Amino acid sequence: MFQRLSEAGPPTLPLTIDGNAALARPGDSVAATLIGAGHADCRTTPVSGSARGPYCLMGVCFDCLVEIDGRPNQQGCMIEVQAGMQIVRQQGSRPVDAEATR
Amino acid sequence: MNAVDALKASYELAVIGAGPAGMAAAVAAAQRGVATILFDEQASPGGQMYRGVTTTPLRRRELLGDDYWRGQGLVDALLGCAADYVPRSMVWAVTRIGDGFELAVSRDGVAHLVRVAHLIVATGAQERPFPIPGWTLPGVMTVGAAQILLKTAGLVPGDGTVVAGSGPLLALVLAQFAAAGVSVNAVLDTTPRDRWRAAWRDIIGFAASPYLAKGVALLRRARTAGRIVRGVESLEAIGGHRIERVRYRTGGQTIELACTSLLLHQGVVPNINFANAIGCEQRWDDIQACFVPVVDAWGASSVPGVTLAGDGAGIAGARAAEAHGRIAALNAACAIGRIDPAQRDAAGAAAQADRARWLRGRRFLDVMYRPAPQYRIPVGDTVVCRCEEVTARQVLESVRLGCTGPNQMKSFLRCGMGPCQGRFCGLTVSELIAKERGSTPAEIGHYRLRFPIKPITLGELASLPQTEASEQAVVRLPK
Amino acid sequence: MTVLTADVAIIGGGLHGCSTALHLARAGATAIVIEKNHVGRHASGVNAGGVRTLARDEAEIPLALESLEMWHRIEDLVDDDCGFEAHGQVRVAETEQDMTTLRTREARLQSLGYTHERWIDPPELFERIPALARYCLGGLIAERDGAALPYRTTAAFRRKAEALGQRFIEGTRVLAVAQQGQDWRLETSVGKISAGSVVNCAGAWADRICAQVGEPVPLEAIAPMMMVTLRMPRFLSPVVIGTGRPLSFKQTTEGTVLIGGGRRARTDRDAETTELDFQELGASARMVRDLFPVMRGAVVNRGWAGIEARMPDDIPVIGPSLRAPRLFHQFGFSAHGFELAPVVGHVIADLVTRGASDSALEKFSIGRFASPTGSVRRL
Repeated sequence: MFQRLSEAGPPTLPLTIDGNAALARPGDSVAATLIGAGHADCRTTPVSGSARGPYCLMGVCFDCLVEIDGRPNQQGCMIEVQAGMQIVRQQGSRPVDAEATR
Repeated sequence: MNAVDALKASYELAVIGAGPAGMAAAVAAAQRGVATILFDEQASPGGQMYRGVTTTPLRRRELLGDDYWRGQGLVDALLGCAADYVPRSMVWAVTRIGDGFELAVSRDGVAHLVRVAHLIVATGAQERPFPIPGWTLPGVMTVGAAQILLKTAGLVPGDGTVVAGSGPLLALVLAQFAAAGVSVNAVLDTTPRDRWRAAWRDIIGFAASPYLAKGVALLRRARTAGRIVRGVESLEAIGGHRIERVRYRTGGQTIELACTSLLLHQGVVPNINFANAIGCEQRWDDIQACFVPVVDAWGASSVPGVTLAGDGAGIAGARAAEAHGRIAALNAACAIGRIDPAQRDAAGAAAQADRARWLRGRRFLDVMYRPAPQYRIPVGDTVVCRCEEVTARQVLESVRLGCTGPNQMKSFLRCGMGPCQGRFCGLTVSELIAKERGSTPAEIGHYRLRFPIKPITLGELASLPQTEASEQAVVRLPK
Repeated sequence: MTVLTADVAIIGGGLHGCSTALHLARAGATAIVIEKNHVGRHASGVNAGGVRTLARDEAEIPLALESLEMWHRIEDLVDDDCGFEAHGQVRVAETEQDMTTLRTREARLQSLGYTHERWIDPPELFERIPALARYCLGGLIAERDGAALPYRTTAAFRRKAEALGQRFIEGTRVLAVAQQGQDWRLETSVGKISAGSVVNCAGAWADRICAQVGEPVPLEAIAPMMMVTLRMPRFLSPVVIGTGRPLSFKQTTEGTVLIGGGRRARTDRDAETTELDFQELGASARMVRDLFPVMRGAVVNRGWAGIEARMPDDIPVIGPSLRAPRLFHQFGFSAHGFELAPVVGHVIADLVTRGASDSALEKFSIGRFASPTGSVRRL
């Protein structure tokens, strides 16, 4: 797993991961936050339901996809954490928002 | 001028990528009075080699090393020059309009159109695919990813980390870990034991290059980061929902190590997607075992108006990339008529010499660290296409059913049709098909890439401004 | 110099060429298919895969209906289901004008004795397509229509034709075609081919064959654009097409959404390149977002365009040459040839082997482009 160097400073940003309250370090990407919190996986694939986690952290592998504030398929490695952000690790392809059809 | 909120409708030059090549190119072009804009998808400049140089919490110089901190100077020059710099922007399509181009670029979910006369593509490199069994398990990441965690978040490997692979970047990152007081359980070196024999011919160039001294120092520090196992002939990542152990073979013995984190690296390769999609000719480089765009001494590609610079035009490292950026800027200035070829040659002599200096010794590294075939060409149920979960076995079967190349196979199998757009399977597929057909990757070719260069939302596409039916010359886009 | 011989030489290895080769095999005639790239390289391999009788030109309806029956038994024909699924196709009315168009159409077809297109009111429309925006006013449905996988279909027809003894040579261009006595002689980039009959299935390049035998046609090379998204959870069964503005919209079995409709890319048919027009794709995206609000969050992963032949009246050229014996034309499908391929191959095979077809082909004759002076008449 990964541990934090003291230089990094403390996590002070409140957000939620899968509905659970957590503190994140300002400036971290969503993917780094998940890794730092001990989550190796961030989703399951739509093809086979296999667990996946971030692989390249530079925006080219598309394995770090998570749902952020209700928007699915966001590259966690490309997005910086914000206070109050709701991060949800996603299962397969995302559910259709039935309300959107009205 | 930097971090603009309002894009102008047109510029003389657009540079794509804020790594060393892109930053140097933008600065050099702006210095010559070329109206320049630099687009980069990251939130802060530096590309990958200088990733996080303006934001890293690791300010103690010896942690990341002097080479890294050179990036700060490049950033300062960029932010102080007249070029417009747009972070968090993604150029996803390029269309030929007359002699120039129209770029579709997204920022914050909204698409804009920008016209430019010339384009410098400095999109850099990516980690080479490392298709071992189990490489898609959570907890398996690239060494580059671990380095990004270090630089940007101050996160370092904890207990149970194994590093595996080959190449100079391994030594660099291990040295950085050592400087941070971190060690890993093991370093599994996949460089073939007898590779020295192939590489020694290039040792003179290497010995005369800046890389020898750097390498020796790095290796010395790297050794303190963990015990090194040499001549690893096979690797397998094993686990259920995440990695639990790594199994490897060396010297006739098979050994398993428990691990919670496996970091892989076997070199970097040019990220060719942009160049390919815009129609730049590319060639197979058999020493580096990758496709490389074809460029001349000034970075000019086969597409008029498109210059390539940096590792995206051929892996050569940060210092060579920087010089290449200056060279590309001069080429662009000449192409738009700001200077003539004689002036370009004169002004570029220093940058050319600089680049030549940093290219010396690369061949030794290329030969020494060329990944062994079993790590480039997988078999059986090993996943080749991560996005669509296509295995080596399935790729080979499509060849037996008549597919003669990657593009037919793509229609058949969905391999290469996922969001990474072939970045992590393209090389593997080309080599797999070549081997199965008794051919070469040069003949088999690579996926034909198209715009959008990365997936975009329907909303972004819908937000494209609807301009009047501008006269659009129908110009052949060479493929 | 290689000289290959067969009963029939087929120029062009798209789906139509493969279908004709297959049906000729079933009729006992040998054929060589000459393909300049690889089988299925152009329109055949990259189209929207619509298996559609809906919204056809009246001239095409009998053929389309007959072909649909073949699609429903496609596995019998080519030992592969080609990914064919029949959940219907619906042509939606967004406006009052659309509604008038569709109701008029239904009445017209009924007067001709066709019942395959049926008006459906909003309640039935939204029951069949729950994700459709509620401003839509109804639609025409063709319930037995559906979609298939274009590359897989083409490969399946090719494989079956080969299994029955037909030959395919790829990477080979036909340079010249001329009669020599009772036979046809084709000069190709790998040698000569001699055949009793020739079928011109050369797609966007078919006019060049026509020109060689002295019956030029006003063919236009077009490049209809497609987009595909990343996988989405299943929300759509039927294929949806537009009425007043162009759209073809379907969700595949693996969940990706294919967006087409015929907006065009720029193309150079000699260089065999296409260049996407992103502003047109933007217009498509806006239409999709209007009709299917759930698509707001969809992620477009790739755009492409295939090179296809269009005739000025948007219906194909099917039938014998009027200038030379034992030469037959099968091209110009104007972006809707996929569904017709199974039956048209059969029609052409009949013309070749027994000199007649059960199908009425006058409307597809190449003669409609000829004027008495021999020059090309544009409709």
